[in-house]
Amino acid sequence: MLIKVQQEDFQPDAVIADLCEGRTDVGAVVSFVGLVREIGGDKPIRSMTLEHYPGMTEKALQAIVEEAQQRWTLQDIAVIHRIGELRPADRIVLVVVASAHRGDAFHACEFIMDYLKTRAPFWKKEVTADGEHWVEARDSDDQAAGRWTGDE
Amino acid sequence: MKVLYFASLREQVGMESEQLAIPDGVADIGGLRAWLAARGGDWSEAFDASRAMMCAVNQVMVKPDAAIAETDEVAFFPPVTGG
Repeated sequence: MLIKVQQEDFQPDAVIADLCEGRTDVGAVVSFVGLVREIGGDKPIRSMTLEHYPGMTEKALQAIVEEAQQRWTLQDIAVIHRIGELRPADRIVLVVVASAHRGDAFHACEFIMDYLKTRAPFWKKEVTADGEHWVEARDSDDQAAGRWTGDE
Repeated sequence: MKVLYFASLREQVGMESEQLAIPDGVADIGGLRAWLAARGGDWSEAFDASRAMMCAVNQVMVKPDAAIAETDEVAFFPPVTGG
């Protein structure tokens, strides 16, 4: 299991290769990459800064991954989330899930992202021509996370 | 007790963290939040009951009825926006 919070960029292919290295039992690898979009609101963003709660961030990601492992049969998981200043088109987050079968891998990957977006202590601040502003949490993210409550 | 403030909340109250003894009559996170709001000014606005806020005790997310102890690390922050 790999859980990292870091400023540096990551290479999804390398992380996937490392996850599967030496294994012949993996049948499915599902990965998600979240990127900085230039256009989300009124004005294009020039940069985005990610703040986090050192100590809690890693714990929260660990708890989310452990819950995914309880719900689905998974062989390995990697989660990498960047912090600090990012620019449009930069990678923000990576989730990779390896399993014997694709159903578990797809569901676990989506679950991890839905929970990360509502439970992991990161906050985004965007800079546009109008200045700086903090991104607001979205109801749609809460609803997405709420879908998983009660699922087996 | 160490109390931490993050993101827009930190900017509004102008403080990153502080050491605090548990105030008289405060037994849980909800009580602490109300006590902080009672400081007035930016604090009363930032900690107003109508504001969406999350809290953690010892780096674990908790609800307002969570108890607090003198040796705890408490954190208040806006709803998270990672990912």
